[in-house]
Amino acid sequence: MEAYIIAIAIITAIYVLLALGLNLQYGLTGLINFGHVGFFCVGAYTAALLSKHEVSPLLAFPVAALLTALAAWPLGVVSLRLREDYFAIVSLGFSEVVRLVATSERWLTNGVQGISGIPKLMDGLVPRAAEPVAVLTLLVAVNVGAILMMRRIANSPFGRVIEAIRDNEEAVKSLGKDPAGFKMKVLMLGAALAGVAGAFYAHYISFISPEQFVPLVTFQIWMAIIMGGVGRVSGALVGTLILMLFLEGSRFLHDIIPFIPDVEMASIRLGVVGLSIVLFTLYRPQGLMGDFRRR
Amino acid sequence: MRLEIESLTMAYGGLKVVDNLSFTMPAGDIVGVIGPNGAGKSTMFSIVTGFLVADAGDVRFRGETVTALSPVARAKSGMVRTFQVPREFSHLTVRENLLAAAPSQSGERLLDLFFRPSRVSAEEALLAKRVDGLLEFLKLGKVAGTPAGRLSGGQKKLLELGRVLMTGAKLILLDEPFAGVNPVLIEEISQRILELNADGVGFLIIEHDLGALTRIVSTLHVMDRGCLIASGRPAEVLKDPVVREAYLGGPS
Repeated sequence: MEAYIIAIAIITAIYVLLALGLNLQYGLTGLINFGHVGFFCVGAYTAALLSKHEVSPLLAFPVAALLTALAAWPLGVVSLRLREDYFAIVSLGFSEVVRLVATSERWLTNGVQGISGIPKLMDGLVPRAAEPVAVLTLLVAVNVGAILMMRRIANSPFGRVIEAIRDNEEAVKSLGKDPAGFKMKVLMLGAALAGVAGAFYAHYISFISPEQFVPLVTFQIWMAIIMGGVGRVSGALVGTLILMLFLEGSRFLHDIIPFIPDVEMASIRLGVVGLSIVLFTLYRPQGLMGDFRRR
Repeated sequence: MRLEIESLTMAYGGLKVVDNLSFTMPAGDIVGVIGPNGAGKSTMFSIVTGFLVADAGDVRFRGETVTALSPVARAKSGMVRTFQVPREFSHLTVRENLLAAAPSQSGERLLDLFFRPSRVSAEEALLAKRVDGLLEFLKLGKVAGTPAGRLSGGQKKLLELGRVLMTGAKLILLDEPFAGVNPVLIEEISQRILELNADGVGFLIIEHDLGALTRIVSTLHVMDRGCLIASGRPAEVLKDPVVREAYLGGPS
């Protein structure tokens, strides 16, 4: 049971990193990014491939962050001047392209078979049994760093401008500030965070394949920040915790109603998760921590 | 800063909203634009500031053609507008709205934010003082901490004016700045406009409150159906029978 809880905590911490990035992009800036999983994927593959070439994680993680930010750049160039709903479509397409590249470019990614045997992050540094706790500790430290960074941004002149962009982009232009430049930074920074999340994910799961990077992941992160409270740094954290509670808690449905076969149970689980989220947003639309509309 | 508008023409479908419009505004002047609703005044503002692209014609500012420049570039060059329907940053507080308008802050650059925090906070402290003064002047001190979306229509107008004043622009285009503002404050804003003008700031003002407008402008342009139908000193323009016919409801 303890191992299970640590495992869930690690996945949760990885998701919090993703949620913090998306909250910066959507919650603070209003960028409707439907392709967040694409950044996650780029980070995971970068870290996995580098580890296969025996590159130290100390170098591989920054490279994963940097490459992911760079992957976001062309996406921003082609789409940030579009209206926000078009950006949503383009970003979704972007993440699917990333997944298809991972599926098709077998020489690089080993295609659908994926990359296996990715070494554990702390291999050789700590005893095997202590590895998960050590990874979790590191992840918590990275999360704390990311949260502090987000808070600094949110409460700064930069944060003021991106929130102004969310409220009225034309008015920002009228004051002589170029929204596109700010949006690009936000896009790349959020992507870099997702890249780091991907690197942790690859090392922790030790096997990655394209089917792990479907749009559902993006929408789970969306659920998390909506439930936690859009535009709130604390919302990204709390929302991810609630999401995990729903996703993992529903596993135990089987104990309550044991007579349903496993296959049907999986569908029922998703149904229950969906229903919980619908009810949650109906009765607490501003999210648990309150969103930017209730300051 | 001299503003020249030359043969601007713009049509929505078959309707010419701005029709071969030309005028020149000398540097440091206060010029009013009046005309019936739908005369094309706000459209002209949008073309001048780059938010709309005209079908034909040119805009020159400080002697340079800015017709191909983006709204951001034009605002940076010192020409800033307000909107007829206020575009406040509704979820930012009134104070934050004003702070956000100040140009080139180092705290808007991520590197400075993380590596030069003392410089950023020093700038913020200076800006805060300027904002305090402006809040007091605009009588918005009591709502400084309120999200701007909750202000009344008149207060939003004042906030937009305040934002423009924060930019340090050399030419300010105000679209109905007095709409919904109480008479005492209109008087004070007019005073402030005259003071800023004495420092060399030019104003191009669309306004329906003729009494308030004519007290501060040196020149009045009258637009009707996209065309300039009269220009000149306010007292003379308002006596013009063509103007009375088009705007003021027939001959008196």
